Amino acid sequence: MESANELLTILPLIIIGAAGLFVMMLDAFTGSARLAYLATILFSAAALAVAVSDLFGPMGESFHGLITYGGTSSFGMVLVMTGTLFSVILSRDYLEKTGMHIAEVYSMILFAAFGMLLLVSSNNLVTLFLGIETMSISLYVLAGLVKNHKKSVEAALKYFLLGAFATGFLLYGIALLYGASGSTFLVDIAATEDKGMIYWAGVGLLLVGFFFKISAVPFHMWTPDVYQGAPTTITAFMATASKAAAFVAFILVLSRALPDARADWSDVIWLFALLTMVVGNILALVQDNVKRMLAYSSIAHAGYIMIGLAAGTDAAYSAVLFYLFAYTLMNIGAFGIVAYYEWHKGYDFTEVSNYSGLGFKQPIMGVLMSVFLFSMVGIPPFAGFIGKYRVFAAAVDEGLISLVIVGVLASAASVYYYLRVLVHLFMKESENGIVLSRPGTLYTASLLILAALTIFFGINPGVLTDLLGSFWTVQY
Amino acid sequence: MDAYVHLVPWIVLIPLAGFLFNGLLGMASGTFREQKNLIGGVATLAVFIPFLLALWLFFAMSGDSDAATVSLFTWIEAGSFTTDIGYRLDQLSLLMTLVVTGVGALIHLYAIGYMAGDEGFWKFFAFMNLFIFAMLNLVLADNMLLLFLGWEGVGLCSYLLIGFWYTDMAKSDAAKKAFMYNRVGDFAFLIAMFMIFQIVGSLRFEDILSGTGLFTTDQVFIIGLLILIGATGKSAQIPLFVWLPDAMAGPTPVSALIHAATMVTSGIYVISRLSPFFMQSPELMLFVAVIGAFTAVVAATIALTKYDIKAVLAYSTVSQLGFMFLALGSGAYVAAMFHVVTHAFFKACLFLGSGSVIHAMHHVEHKLHEEGKHVHFDAQDMRYMGGLRKYLPHTYKTFLIATIAIAGIPPLAGFFSKDEILVMTFNAGMGTYGAVYIGLWAIALITAFMTAFYMFRLTLGTFHGEFRLPQKFSEAKGAEEHLHESPVTMTSVLWVLAALSIVGGFIGIPNFVVATFTGTADVNLLSNWLDRTTMDADLTLSKLVEWFLLFGSVLVAAAGIFVAYRLYEGDQLEASDARISERFGAMYQVWSDKYKIDEIYEGAIVRPTVRFSERVLDVFDKKGIDGFVNFIAAAVRFTGGVVRYFQTGMIQSYAYGIVLGVILVIYMLLFR
Amino acid sequence: MMEMDWYLGLSAVLFTIGVIGVLTRKNAIVIFMCAELMLNSVNLTLVSFSAQLGDVHGQILVFFALCVAAAEAAVGLAIIIAIYRNNLTVDVTKINLLRW
Repeated sequence: MESANELLTILPLIIIGAAGLFVMMLDAFTGSARLAYLATILFSAAALAVAVSDLFGPMGESFHGLITYGGTSSFGMVLVMTGTLFSVILSRDYLEKTGMHIAEVYSMILFAAFGMLLLVSSNNLVTLFLGIETMSISLYVLAGLVKNHKKSVEAALKYFLLGAFATGFLLYGIALLYGASGSTFLVDIAATEDKGMIYWAGVGLLLVGFFFKISAVPFHMWTPDVYQGAPTTITAFMATASKAAAFVAFILVLSRALPDARADWSDVIWLFALLTMVVGNILALVQDNVKRMLAYSSIAHAGYIMIGLAAGTDAAYSAVLFYLFAYTLMNIGAFGIVAYYEWHKGYDFTEVSNYSGLGFKQPIMGVLMSVFLFSMVGIPPFAGFIGKYRVFAAAVDEGLISLVIVGVLASAASVYYYLRVLVHLFMKESENGIVLSRPGTLYTASLLILAALTIFFGINPGVLTDLLGSFWTVQY
Repeated sequence: MDAYVHLVPWIVLIPLAGFLFNGLLGMASGTFREQKNLIGGVATLAVFIPFLLALWLFFAMSGDSDAATVSLFTWIEAGSFTTDIGYRLDQLSLLMTLVVTGVGALIHLYAIGYMAGDEGFWKFFAFMNLFIFAMLNLVLADNMLLLFLGWEGVGLCSYLLIGFWYTDMAKSDAAKKAFMYNRVGDFAFLIAMFMIFQIVGSLRFEDILSGTGLFTTDQVFIIGLLILIGATGKSAQIPLFVWLPDAMAGPTPVSALIHAATMVTSGIYVISRLSPFFMQSPELMLFVAVIGAFTAVVAATIALTKYDIKAVLAYSTVSQLGFMFLALGSGAYVAAMFHVVTHAFFKACLFLGSGSVIHAMHHVEHKLHEEGKHVHFDAQDMRYMGGLRKYLPHTYKTFLIATIAIAGIPPLAGFFSKDEILVMTFNAGMGTYGAVYIGLWAIALITAFMTAFYMFRLTLGTFHGEFRLPQKFSEAKGAEEHLHESPVTMTSVLWVLAALSIVGGFIGIPNFVVATFTGTADVNLLSNWLDRTTMDADLTLSKLVEWFLLFGSVLVAAAGIFVAYRLYEGDQLEASDARISERFGAMYQVWSDKYKIDEIYEGAIVRPTVRFSERVLDVFDKKGIDGFVNFIAAAVRFTGGVVRYFQTGMIQSYAYGIVLGVILVIYMLLFR
Repeated sequence: MMEMDWYLGLSAVLFTIGVIGVLTRKNAIVIFMCAELMLNSVNLTLVSFSAQLGDVHGQILVFFALCVAAAEAAVGLAIIIAIYRNNLTVDVTKINLLRW
């Protein structure tokens, strides 16, 4: 009786896990990428729907405390599934046009999504580790999808070797924390009394594991290479879903396993947030490749989000969740348009100079790109502004004023590189006689939805912020 | 006022509707884009109807009405912190609304004729309406966050409209420059907002103004300084003024609307709005005044040397904005707002008049080309003009009226507002830091002289004497027959603005003028109107001193006009400039080089970093910089150029990065 | 208790050897083996803690870690083969198209 109800608490996980296996079989028996694509969309949409309805459901733990559901976890699932669903929709056109459309892509995406879902619902370091690894291993494969293209394979190798390296530190951290607290459950770790050297070393290495996944400086160096080398829609998937999942799990760990040590980890995150914002923005400024620029911009955004983590209050966590949502919307959108331009000339058509004069050739794409980029800059009335504003405001409340000032200045500098793309799109003469075809209806529609959501939550964020705020009133 | 406040959202939303109408239909349909009268008519109405609404509110409201607010919906809610999309109707915001919509509607009407031949007609009007929408949000907002939304919005629209003819590289560079300089100020403003929120716990003006006691003097100074930096960006003051003259690259109606009448005054509006806050720190006030006075004189000296008629007007705008800042710093908020209003009238008139001249000169060039004479000249350069009064009579008359108004000859509008600023600056000389204020007053007086001088140099050089184009090019003989007056939609707007430049000053007749004859008087309508929203310094001067100051300022203005007339009447433009240049020598060179500010920014900050990095590190790739002047970005780019080399592409250097991070984390946690 | 420190010390030494190996070796396969060494040294730590605490969770985690390592090896070797096909080398210092 109880176990049947418990299965319901992980329904999105079950759906996506089954879907991954189903799509893999579909591939084996029919080899049809189109069928796999349809099945993936259906299952992802179903999982997204379940996750959204779970947002309003109860919160609690199941499977003897291994799993946490509802509230933050459900929101994490919504983030992951939003990222997955839109990346999948955008992938088909892009992969078909660049000749990489194979059914395996979808099963790998689903397996990665499964890992992410497990990650955001983990209440125990074992499930956390499994979630991270399931996600990462699938992503290594996806990064090397174009196996006869040097850059793609190089991206996969770098991601894989550094990922395995970081896994070592993460697992070591888990082992030490286990030794210090005698348990792998987050709540038990919070109750550790003897905080000796082993405990602190464990905390440190666990932080390192997360820093790698959210690409904080100086653990970030794989990010630009992998994001640039991987196929663009896969990059969109990695940049949004996997990052959001890692951040949500980070919040779970910080708020449940380490609440007492806040004063200590807050200082560490403070320093790395600072480094991440400064280095991310500075390096984004000198990029001429749009994909690479967006990679550094995602590092910079991770820095802003870390300000919220450093603040470590309930208000800050809910602000971070909002930011992640805005971040997911605008990043998938921006990568989607990069993918659209890219498929007209083939892989690697992503230098900013390639974009000269493209804005007016398909005005709708140019306008959408402007929406996403302006949202990333943090100009009202887009969701990116509200996210940034709420995170900064929560940090100011905690007295992190100097950090916020750096954040504000860094985002001032960021205008340059976002604007530069728009300048090329709209204010330069087109040099190459490139003709842009109309994107597919579903493709345009999903980008329009993303833009509409970006604007909607910029003008009327109250709907979401109320909900997010309510997650933290319930204490465990 | 509560009974009428529900009208306010309509004032804001109608221009938005105009933007959506023209923007969406224009994007969707090619045939719609050809319906220029429809597009222009809708856009103009979308500004004119809000003007009528505002006018109705104006008559329904009196000087002692309380402020009323209306909230559309809750925008951001986080714990105890809520921000509404809410508007605040009081005397100050209504005054600004009247100026924005009134002058805005006139300029829209003018632009229908001016932009008639342009391909992007629909886009232009869509952006203009969007600008009005953003500007109204700025002036009507009841909290700082919504004000900031408008603040960013006007910056964005100005960017879009300056770069309107985006095929021209110089124009899109100017647009970028304007945007970047504004962003520097915007972020200072944002930081100030965070600090206010932390102290007051709210961003509503009501709470901020009633909570001024919560701030320590130091906090007031720092926050005020940050807001001031924001205001100097938007309102083109030292040190962020260099973008405004470049912004003149945009179409002339844009210069008139955004860069003379409305957007650039938003810095002044914000400081007036927060006047009780600013009044708490005399040092802050002094700072504002000093910036204003120096901007006024620096810009005026540059204006003396320019031949491009729009450039003269641009520097004149910067200089007049400096006067307004001087007024703010002297505690004369009413005087500052007064000058905002009168300046909107005569400067819009001057810009639109210059547009009419440029229109005519372009036409001449075009006709000459049709005749097969390849004469190339700059249609904005005074040296090719002269004698235009014969061919453009309406433009000439209105331009002359506006020139007299800006020069400060009674009873035209500029006289009253400028005189009030001078009086109030002198008045501030009686209080804290008095000696400095007296010095600023002297600077302002000299600037007033120069204003009269360079404005008459402009008018005489453009409209008097003989048409110089045929003298410069032998091929252009008889070119004057191609000169023609602008169509009536354009000249009628000029006349309306000229009329306003004449009578606009009567809303602020100084009380003492009448009081000398009747004992007491209460004729200063504007001061009564704004009494409840701004906190003015007390006037402590005796009537005798005031009369003395009044005659002084008239005398100075008249002297400026007289000297200009002696020097420039009768085709003496270049000869006289050469004589002045000889007399002042190196100083004149400094003026004419715009104090080398662009070069200083470029030379001291941008170029050394670029050169250093090119030579030492060969960092900058050739295509890298789009050649736009932004010293922050350049400095950061330089750092980025160095830092990026840590990203070697080698897996192991990345692994070293990770290990470095591990050591740092462990060190911080274990060995604190 | 003394014994415990020895186990932990040994695994820390092994872990460090793994880290140094990753940092210094040039062959992608050897780098990967060093990363595996790191994982296995952690397994040793886990098993020792598990024995000391008399708690089975640590050993369960070891099995999961072994599974993960196996999956990583499968994917990783495939990637390295792809690298070899494209570049005819597995020397990581020669694979740096993506940089700056």
